[in-house]
Amino acid sequence: MNHVNAQAMTASTANPSQIDYNEDIVKAGVIAAMVWSLAGMAAGLLAALQLAWPAFNLDLPWLSFGRIRPIHTSGVIFAFGGNVLMATSFYVVQRTCRARLFGGDLGWVVFWGYQLFLLMAVAGYLMGVTQSKEYAEPEWYVDLWLTIVWVLYAIVFFGTLAIRREPHIYVANWFYAAFIITIALLHIINNLAVPVSFTGAKSYVVWAGVQDAMTQWWYGHNAVGFFLTAGFLGMMYYFVPKQADRPVYSYRLSIVHFWSLIFLYIWAGPHHLHYTALPDWAQTLGMTFSIMLWMPSWGGMINGVMTLSGAWEKLRTDPVLRLMVVAIAFYGMSTFEGPVMSIKAVNALSHYTDWTVGHVHSGALGWVGFISFGSIYYLVPKLWKRPRLYSIRLVDMHLWVATIGIVLYITAMWISGILQGLMWRAYDKLGFLQYSFVETVEAMHPFYVIRALGGGLYIFGALVMCWNLWQTAHGRLRDERPMLGAPTAAPAASRA
Amino acid sequence: MPTLHERAETNSFWLILLTLIVVAIGGIVQMVPLFYLESTIEKVSGVRPYTPLELMGRNIYVREGCYLCHSQQVRPFRDEAERYGHYSLAAESMYDHPFQWGSKRTGPDLARVGARYSDEWHVAHLTNPRTVVPESVMPGYGFLSRQPLEYGDIEAHLRTNRTVGVPYTEDMIKNAKADVAAQTAPDADPAAFVARYPKAVVRKFNAGEREITEMDALVAYLQMLGTLVDFSTFETAKNIR
Repeated sequence: MNHVNAQAMTASTANPSQIDYNEDIVKAGVIAAMVWSLAGMAAGLLAALQLAWPAFNLDLPWLSFGRIRPIHTSGVIFAFGGNVLMATSFYVVQRTCRARLFGGDLGWVVFWGYQLFLLMAVAGYLMGVTQSKEYAEPEWYVDLWLTIVWVLYAIVFFGTLAIRREPHIYVANWFYAAFIITIALLHIINNLAVPVSFTGAKSYVVWAGVQDAMTQWWYGHNAVGFFLTAGFLGMMYYFVPKQADRPVYSYRLSIVHFWSLIFLYIWAGPHHLHYTALPDWAQTLGMTFSIMLWMPSWGGMINGVMTLSGAWEKLRTDPVLRLMVVAIAFYGMSTFEGPVMSIKAVNALSHYTDWTVGHVHSGALGWVGFISFGSIYYLVPKLWKRPRLYSIRLVDMHLWVATIGIVLYITAMWISGILQGLMWRAYDKLGFLQYSFVETVEAMHPFYVIRALGGGLYIFGALVMCWNLWQTAHGRLRDERPMLGAPTAAPAASRA
Repeated sequence: MPTLHERAETNSFWLILLTLIVVAIGGIVQMVPLFYLESTIEKVSGVRPYTPLELMGRNIYVREGCYLCHSQQVRPFRDEAERYGHYSLAAESMYDHPFQWGSKRTGPDLARVGARYSDEWHVAHLTNPRTVVPESVMPGYGFLSRQPLEYGDIEAHLRTNRTVGVPYTEDMIKNAKADVAAQTAPDADPAAFVARYPKAVVRKFNAGEREITEMDALVAYLQMLGTLVDFSTFETAKNIR
């Protein structure tokens, strides 16, 4: 594996001053990501409060849980996550190809086109315009618009790959490429629909019943696999080596990781349909591949964490790197929990309960959120040409507040999920069902309050981050005590 | 000769092509057979397309995102059989565009909620859930009683459903608008309507309002859920897939 070191060197020695990178578009993406993150998480907090205290629905159509929840999920996944993915992919592909972004202003068409997609989707949700397909709620006209934007995005990304000055395509770009290609495939097939009229919002999806269920969860699980995993692994493969100033641990492992991950993920969808009317053969396939998926997931986790080999001491002084490592730890945890929950016997208990909600949030808040925050903390001083972040200590504070928030969130959901699952199947000694359904709803209340508190802490952390980034962009440096006696500026200065 | 992987990592065309092939396999194997294996959808009698009013009600169910808290899929477990009834069949949602099986039970499963509660209970519950279930965390949907049902384009809805595979007949489409009125007018003769839609219930579902409201449509939909299949004709052993 001769090119291991060569590749690692390329990533760190490309001389940025020679090439006129398009960094404005990355800046815009970072700003959009942070704005959308607050909006998406605020909608999530409102949804959490509504479940704890239904009065928060205010009995208004546009504020009811059923319309707020898609705003939350689309807001954090597609608006926050999507903007982070686009911004970092534009940054990474330029740097690792040593080429300016392909297509001139086409990148800006992608950026603004994507924001328009998000606004159309959210406006629709508020008015009740939805397909009611989870994570694919936007109606046909929004889907069509996204398809156009996505094709343009692919042209910009792959165009930049095509004009690269590097012989080799860096591993982060494989993951971004798989993300772009597969999301296009999933989006188009899952959303095939016939509109009732071309002047109205309503359409009927072409798939029905059991086939629609399979198509939807093929899409839904791979929105997790390719939007929330592959793309963010691309970030891991670029920003963790940069922040740690170490090469990727194993090039061979990244090859195995990449191909096995994208091959296996696609099969996992039916684990969302255990014990339903989906034929058993499909359920069994889904379960089997979900369990196998544990291996490439942990291969990736090992590759990410072991990249710190020889740089472990940086964790003591660099909270940005710490944030990235905690992200990878959460990735490892939720990609272990996922295969466990895909086992039919476990799923019989966990399905339809809050355990699923907790699982997705350990992945979303811990993995997706933290790797994004870490990458953005890395990017902002670079993009705005500042010596370092405004405050390193505030990054540390963000890390701790958000981590405590996640722990409160996921433990509350574990307890409520398992509790509710057990209550549903509990029998008394006379052989009757022990609890009515609504007794199990009542039992959830304290955990819903704790969950809202955890989510609130996580948002507070994001607000601290926004403040820190705002100050950084304005060139201010906070006068603060260094981390563990190391000079505050040192880690940042060595990277600058 | 470069190895295949050396090609993939130095040529974006090869990277794209190989990625497409690798990600396509799983989906093809899992999805395509569902369209040609005859065992995918059980052979049962009774499943029919939604009446125009039920379809409008279902669209309100879709619009309000009810699937986010209510599943429509009973699993084959003892407790679910006792709580909700017979486990769900694929046949029961064969005309559902989209399916509404759901993934979360913040509230109970609704696959067989039809005919279990009175219309008055549903209207009261939808208007303010806590008047009938004090511990409920469901939002109130009182506005449904205040919004007249808009069904001027109902024929287009049926026709679009036919385009995607629901067997609405020309007769059904032609009479769609009249059938909305017919299903909510118990005093008129419903024979022709019920002939088109067997087992359809004819009532003024939201008795508190004179005109046809969104509440009528939603309650009509809820009251038919799970009532169509005649389980005396269902042979479990023949439908193990």
